Parts: sequence; C-alpha cells; structure tokens
Amino acid sequence: MSKEPVAVVGIGQTKHVAARQDVSIAGLVREAARRALDDAELTWVDIDAVVIGKAPDFFEGVMMPELYLADALGAVGKPMLRVHTAGSVGGSTALVAANLVAARVHGTVLTLAFEKQSESNAMWGLSLPVPFQQPLLAGAGGFFAPHVRAYMRRTGAPDTVGSLVAYKDRRNALKNPYAHLHEHDITLEKVQASPMLWDPIRYSETCPSSDGACAMILTDRAGAARSPRPPAWMHGGAMRSEPTLFAGKDFVSPQAGKDCAADVYRQAGIADPRRDIDAVEMYVPFSWYEPMWLENLGFADEGEGWKLTESGVTELEGDLPVNMSGGVLSTNPIGASGMIRFAEAALQVRGQAGEHQVDGARRVLGHAYGGGSQFFSMWLVGAAPPAS
Amino acid sequence: MRPTRDIAVVAFGQTDHRRTSDEHSEVEMLLPVLHDVLDRTGLRTADIGFTCSGSSDYLAGRAFSFTMALDGVGAWPPISESHVEMDGAWALYEAWTKLLTGDADTALVYAYGKSSPGSVRDVLTRQLDPYYVAPLWPDSVALAALQAQALIDAGETDEPALAGVAARSRADARTNAHAQLRGPVPQGDYLVRPLRTGDCPPIGDGAAAVILAAGERARDLCERPAWIRGIDHRVEAHSLGVRDLTDSPSTRLAAERAGAFERPVDTAELHAPFTSQEVVLRKALRLGDSVCVNPSGGPLAANPVMAAGLIRIGEAAARVHRGESDRALAHATSGPCLQQNLVAVLEGDVR
Repeated sequence: MSKEPVAVVGIGQTKHVAARQDVSIAGLVREAARRALDDAELTWVDIDAVVIGKAPDFFEGVMMPELYLADALGAVGKPMLRVHTAGSVGGSTALVAANLVAARVHGTVLTLAFEKQSESNAMWGLSLPVPFQQPLLAGAGGFFAPHVRAYMRRTGAPDTVGSLVAYKDRRNALKNPYAHLHEHDITLEKVQASPMLWDPIRYSETCPSSDGACAMILTDRAGAARSPRPPAWMHGGAMRSEPTLFAGKDFVSPQAGKDCAADVYRQAGIADPRRDIDAVEMYVPFSWYEPMWLENLGFADEGEGWKLTESGVTELEGDLPVNMSGGVLSTNPIGASGMIRFAEAALQVRGQAGEHQVDGARRVLGHAYGGGSQFFSMWLVGAAPPAS
Repeated sequence: MRPTRDIAVVAFGQTDHRRTSDEHSEVEMLLPVLHDVLDRTGLRTADIGFTCSGSSDYLAGRAFSFTMALDGVGAWPPISESHVEMDGAWALYEAWTKLLTGDADTALVYAYGKSSPGSVRDVLTRQLDPYYVAPLWPDSVALAALQAQALIDAGETDEPALAGVAARSRADARTNAHAQLRGPVPQGDYLVRPLRTGDCPPIGDGAAAVILAAGERARDLCERPAWIRGIDHRVEAHSLGVRDLTDSPSTRLAAERAGAFERPVDTAELHAPFTSQEVVLRKALRLGDSVCVNPSGGPLAANPVMAAGLIRIGEAAARVHRGESDRALAHATSGPCLQQNLVAVLEGDVR
C-alpha cells in the first residue's frame, strides 16, 4: 500500500522571548498559527484538523490546554489531537499530523507546539517529588552533566568543544529574527568565562527559558500543487522510545536515537548521512550534545563527533551546518523546541531561511529528543518530492 | 471517509476498577493489563509495530508521569511509541492512523488514571480557561449539573428519568466483574442540584489496553475481529456560554464521519459519566430504544479518568468478539459538558 506524500506549505513562529506578557496562551498560539496560514496563503476553513503539542501541563498550570485552545486555533467543529512526548513533543506532534495526511485521513492539517514558560516555572514543574523513584531534582542540567562527562572521558574530547558550540549557535541566532537570545557582543572568551553551573556545563552553554510557539501547515500532493511558495517534502519520519533508567542504557549514545535515525534514513534512501544530508537542525539544549548527537545520528564515527565540531564543519559556512537558526541554545519554549527544529529544516529546503539560509540545502534533518534521553523524533525533509 | 485498510480491535483488557489503589503505582496497575492483551493474542512487546498511550500528568500530580509507565511495556529494544495527553480513545485514533499509513500492522494502545490520590473534582477545574474561568474553581459536577438543568428546562428529561438511567446502568453492571459500582445503588442526596450522587460516576482508579491489527493479521490474532469501519472525533468551543448544552453537534458530526448513521447499530457504549449526558448523546446519535446502551454499566459503573473512553471501545469490541454484537458504536468524551467527542463503529464479520 502507498502513503500520500506530505508537504510543508506554511510555517509560522512567534518572536521568542523570556516573557510574552502582552498575550494570553491563546493569543500566543494564534499568532504562530496565523503566520503559518499566511505563509501558505490559506485561511482557517482550509484546515481539516489540528494537532497540538506541548511539554508537561504543569509548565503553565493548565490541564489539557487543547480544550481551552480549541477556539483560538479555529478547531471548533474539527478533529483536535494533543500529543505529549516530553522534550521530543514538538517533533512527535508534527509526525502525528503528517500521519493524518499520509494515511489520507485529512488533506490539510495545522500542527502547532508551544510553551509559555513565563506563566509558571518549569524548574518547579519538573521538581515535583516522584514516590519510589530516583529523584532528579537538580534540574535538567544536573541530570545531563554526568553524561557529558562520560562522553568526554570516553572520547578524549578537549574541554573547549562545548564553548565552541555555544559560541557558534549564539552567533547563528543573530541572523534569525525569531530567536530569543540576540547577544550582539558575544565572544568565545565570554562563553568560556561564564559561570560553571553543572560541571562541565557553563551558563552560556545552556538553553534559555522562552515563551513561544511554532506552527506548520502540512498537506497532500494536491495541496502542495496549490502552494504559492516552494513546499518542503517529507522523505522520512520516525519516533523511538526506551526506558528512562535501566542497567545497560547508554546515556552517551542511546540506542533509541540510533534506531530512530536509521529508520528515517531507510525511508529517505540516505546511505551516508554525512554525504547525503546538507544540514541539521538538532536538539542541543546543552552545548556538548552537538558532538554527542553527531555520533548518535551517524554523521561521525564513535568518538569522532567533537572533531567535526572543532574543525568548523558544523559552522553556518561549514560542510555540515548544524543549528543554523541558533538552535535550542538560543531559543527554548520547551514544548515547541522540537517543532522549531522540524520547521527550520523545512525552511532551509524551501530556501526561506533568510540570513541563516544554507546555500543549496536540498535535504535537511530535523531532530528532537526528550525525557532522560529516552524519546526521539526526527524527520528528513527535501526540496524535491519523494521518489515513487 | 472510508479507511484505506481494514483495521480491527483484536484484544481488550482492563483492571478491576476500584475507589483506591494506594498499594499500586501506575506501572503496577498497568502491567497485568498489558500482559492480558498480549497473552490473548500470543504477541510479545517486540512483535508490536506501534505503541500509543493516553494519560494525564494532572492525575498523577507530577510532570512526565507517562514516561515511567513505559517501563511497564518493557520498551527494550527501543520501540516506536507515542503518547497523547488525552483519554486513551484518542491514543487508539493515533494508532489507527499509524496502521493506515502501512508503517505498522499491529498496535498496542493503553490508558490509565488514578483519581484516588487527589480530589478529581478540583483537579478537573484546571482544564478550564486559565484566566477567566479556572480561578473560580467550578468543578466537573457543577458544570454537569448546569447541563442537566438545561435539559430539564428544555423538557428533554426529568429527574425520575435520570434516576432510571442510573438504575439501568448499575443493574447491567452486575455481570461486569471489573465494574466499581454494581447492582442496586441508592440515588442518594443532591450533590449539585439537580444531580444526585446516583447521577454521577464513581471516583476510581483503573487501566485498560487494546491491541489493534490490520487485515489478515487481525484474523490470525482473533477469531472474530471487531473491524473499525469508521472513527472520527470533533471538538466544540470551550466556553459553555456559546454552546447549546442540550445538544452535542460534535458527537453528531463525528458519528456521521464514522458512518454510524449508514446502518443501525445494535450496541452503543457511551462515555457519559453523568446520567444527563446519556440523554444528550442518545439524541445526537439517534439511538432508539432497540439499541443496547452501555451493557457494561458504562462510566456510571466505573469511570477511571483517561481510560474510560478507551474502555468504551474495548467493551464494544469485546461484544463483537463474543458474538453478542454485529455492529456496535463506541463513544468517548473529553472536556467539560461533552466538549470533545469521538465515535467509532465496530463490526464483526457476517455470520
């Protein structure tokens, strides 16, 4: 049986900031959705279904906010699904929406992910005690720092690599009008002099807390034919999960991430990701995750990822640009962060990425992960429709 | 729409639903149910093509509660998996679309909810508009009472008729070993006028699981698969002030899209936690007196929040499996006063 090809014809983001005090949650999501519709030159009546995602409801203190947001997203009278897969949710949400099109259940679907972190306190939302389970109360950085240490020990990477990633991503963010952090006076020395939070992770190597939303319009072949601007075509998409904690789990390079990437590459006919993929929007909330994921995603052999970063390959002008938008290190509305990766990948192959456009980007990977490196979602989009 | 591929419910399992389950974590509550549906089909976790679950962090009282539930599935080597922060009926919908794409031939769907650790009436107020409504803490029973009073004022029902719905449901639940309230239950005092305790669902904990399979795979796994002929869901405006609470247009539209009106159904499992909501749903779904409604006892006999909708699909499918139904309708709801509704039509092969 054949699947319907899925095209991205509309993309909208809010300008991500620490606190959007001028809008409600409904106002925030509507802004992104309107921009996506405008990009696709469609109206609310063209949308058959809405798929929405965000990270835990505790982050805003609203239980199942999709119910309250039905009006703001023009979903009344339509199907509305709410996805929640931890930090990977933005990516998973896009994939659930894409499946509705691929399965020919709907022709055109609006998908959106958001977080309005200023409404509450994400650190508090993550620090509620869990009975009978290992406490992870040190915040996300405290959980991930030991795994970064393990990576450094395993590969012999010099301790300067993390700051290179942060310096690169924050400079890239200056070219992205929607990015949260615009640090015009950023220097490598400033990153390296920033306070140590969770050794080896410094303050400037961590993601900010952002308010923001990201929306996409996904459609079928007929919808793509009517698109006023070049669509991005989905060539592969997959999700993989593994338990948070168990003996034998490789926190440095989780099997679920490797399997997820392999599935996407198989669907997209990618034989050698390093050669066949032009750029990557990668979920890097702490700078060291760039070299770690370069290996996990098959762009470098085990132990070699940091060498790609150090040699400048992942710079915007490099041979394999990573996080052209500035990435999660520059913008982190948690629930939306994965979808922003997916959307930025689509912008690149549409040639619509503005100042942070990679020349000739034809195939770009969008990547998201969540939980204790246990949930993965990825898609590969191309400028040309998929074969077959 | 007509599905492009035949997909069926091939197994259904649920816990005994109970007022409290202090001695069990969510994972411990879920594990026997997962084993139950796997044993019924002879499948192992590694054989399942796609897994999807439904639950709510707010019932567990902590963020990312569903991540631990995954431990109960035994998710190693890594599995293709997703989660909706909704009733498990919507997880089943996501799994159904995944099977339609052809990317998987089997799916495991599960849902769970423990209402006992907190006050579920208070918890559900957090579903409301966070700026204008939630700060007033109107609870789920009070909102359902508004709906019930609107129905009575419109002449659609009266209190004795509502009591009749309650009595019928609990009488039917006598044959359901999993139900929390069974047999004669006093209609009780007013909880929020015009609703008495008997008009309201029990508060309890529980879990459920379903296995879906496509085409010939379904026939291999189940003697009489419950084929999903159609499934659709629709949402309405959130604000109660802009809705006619005596009607459910979203249910009617979902039923139309699922093909429910093309031929009569013999059974309907309705996710109507309050007696008055059965009145609304019967009208929207055009269910005559000849249709067997909630033979399991329905949510008035057991209402584990986040699993109760999936259980309606499971109960309807189980009747098809057992040969007690040839064409059954299953309904799930979410939000205050039936804001969001899902309808599935299940059929057995002609005998």
